[in-house]
Amino acid sequence: MRIQAENLTFTYSPSSPFATYALKGVFLTIEEGEFFGIIGHTGSGKSTFVQHLNALLKVPSAEKKYKPKKLKKGETPPPQIVLKVGDYDLTDKKTDFKELRSKVGMVFQYPEYQLFAENVFEDVAFGLKNFRPEMTKEEVERAVEDALTIVGLDYAEIKDRSPFDLSGGQKRRVAIAGVIVTKPEVLVLDEPAAGLDPLGKKEIMELLHKLHREWCKTVIFVSHDMDEISENCTRAAVFSEGQVKFVDTPKNLFQREDELRQLGLDVPLTAKLTALLREKGIVIDSDYTQRDFCEKVLQYYREREEQV
Amino acid sequence: MQAINFENVKFSYSDAEENAFALRDVSFSVEEGEFLAILGHNGSGKSTLARLINKLLEPDEGKITVFGMDVSDPKNTFEVRKSVGIVFQNPDNQMVASIVEDDVAFGPENIGVEREEIGRRIDYALDAVGMQAFRHGTPTRLSGGQKQRIAIAGVLAIKPKIIIMDESTAMLDPRGRKEVMDVVLKLNKEEKLTVIMITHFMEEALLADRAIVMNRGEIVMQGAPKEIFSREEDLETYNLTLPAVSAISKALRAGGMDVQATVSLEELAKEIEECVSKRKI
Repeated sequence: MRIQAENLTFTYSPSSPFATYALKGVFLTIEEGEFFGIIGHTGSGKSTFVQHLNALLKVPSAEKKYKPKKLKKGETPPPQIVLKVGDYDLTDKKTDFKELRSKVGMVFQYPEYQLFAENVFEDVAFGLKNFRPEMTKEEVERAVEDALTIVGLDYAEIKDRSPFDLSGGQKRRVAIAGVIVTKPEVLVLDEPAAGLDPLGKKEIMELLHKLHREWCKTVIFVSHDMDEISENCTRAAVFSEGQVKFVDTPKNLFQREDELRQLGLDVPLTAKLTALLREKGIVIDSDYTQRDFCEKVLQYYREREEQV
Repeated sequence: MQAINFENVKFSYSDAEENAFALRDVSFSVEEGEFLAILGHNGSGKSTLARLINKLLEPDEGKITVFGMDVSDPKNTFEVRKSVGIVFQNPDNQMVASIVEDDVAFGPENIGVEREEIGRRIDYALDAVGMQAFRHGTPTRLSGGQKQRIAIAGVLAIKPKIIIMDESTAMLDPRGRKEVMDVVLKLNKEEKLTVIMITHFMEEALLADRAIVMNRGEIVMQGAPKEIFSREEDLETYNLTLPAVSAISKALRAGGMDVQATVSLEELAKEIEECVSKRKI
């Protein structure tokens, strides 16, 4: 499912003294099959944006009570908001939002805080109860087993345990299983690796790639870690002050070091090292993944050797 | 003076078998004014260790002293807790009041500080963390970094001599993390506060005077952070991933370049430059 947003605006607590303009005209297209990164500092609108993707936040025209505002004479109409996920038009109140939500899985920050059931099986099966009430008991069991297996947990060993007795990493996996169990086509994760130790972070990113290969066509994740972005994404969007400033491959994106710094963002370590080496007259052209960067440095080094 | 001393401390969360020990025979000490980083993968015993220091947990065996006071002596509990403040991971779990200054006042109120003195302490604590402007604000409208600074202020208002940061920056964005680290460094350098920092972030550990690596309830490495991070094989044995700079220098070495192990980006760039220039001639 392709995701398309144009002129997307959103205000928290509109017409109150606390009105906050979180999105001020977002234009962004995410193609089916991407492993897409979203960056931006706190308050840049990135979480507000991703919550639109499964209609946790709705554009005004999708609200049941929505009535188009009558324009005063001479007033220009506001720009037309476009928000589409596949064939679902998220600006239309007639859209089947429940069905959409089963197609777009949303994993919030620290999803382990949302575990609630008596045992792991019940917790993971909860989504199916809501979205697929027609499924038989056996089908539900199979779906839960598949979901727990792909997130790297032993179904037989874990299904009857209380989710609260698990380790932090296991809890997060159970929470992710509870989202992917409905087989969403798009998986959105808000800082999936936050708060984990370095090994846990690595494992979660590996899990996302596995899900991307075998389970969900499109994976979108929010991250503050530029190394995570450069190592993993096909493309990334930079949010700032409620707008998308850049959308590009990590390779092109991180060449804009100065502009990113102005937005209060960092660049990956490999980009910093590239800049330091450039000052010394050593030009390395890599895609900023550690592996490619090291290969390019070694290549540069070996070419020198041959000149001897 | 020794701020903290652990002597052969053992601790287990259950009465189960031997391998259930969260801490097995841990001995170490921290000097007054020192900035100590504690590293280790999840479940290595770091947080258990922190909680033993101010008696949120009690050891099964061994002796813990804080400024010479025996922590296990019930007569000392109150004094120990006044000397040691802990800031935890989740900023949202540490707010108790709906107004910032009330939140900071919570600690001193509980230990019976007089009203006027509480006012002065709120002033001192909010100034120290740079949050005076938010004094009458609502914690829920603050950013994560700001909330953690308020949590630190709440601890400072008790005037502790030791502050323990238990992954206090893990849930913050890079900006919030920097805010908190700046405050912690300032308190350590200017107020001579003893700091124990449990963290997964290499950049933070590098700021410490000394680092300890925990694995399976034991201290397995100790030394200057730079020195510890250059011991690549050891770190991997203890399930700690290498800091990115070390990982890159290791990969280059494996590819045949003679670069020294380092944790500094500038040094690595210099190493690469030297390596390349040698080959030019």
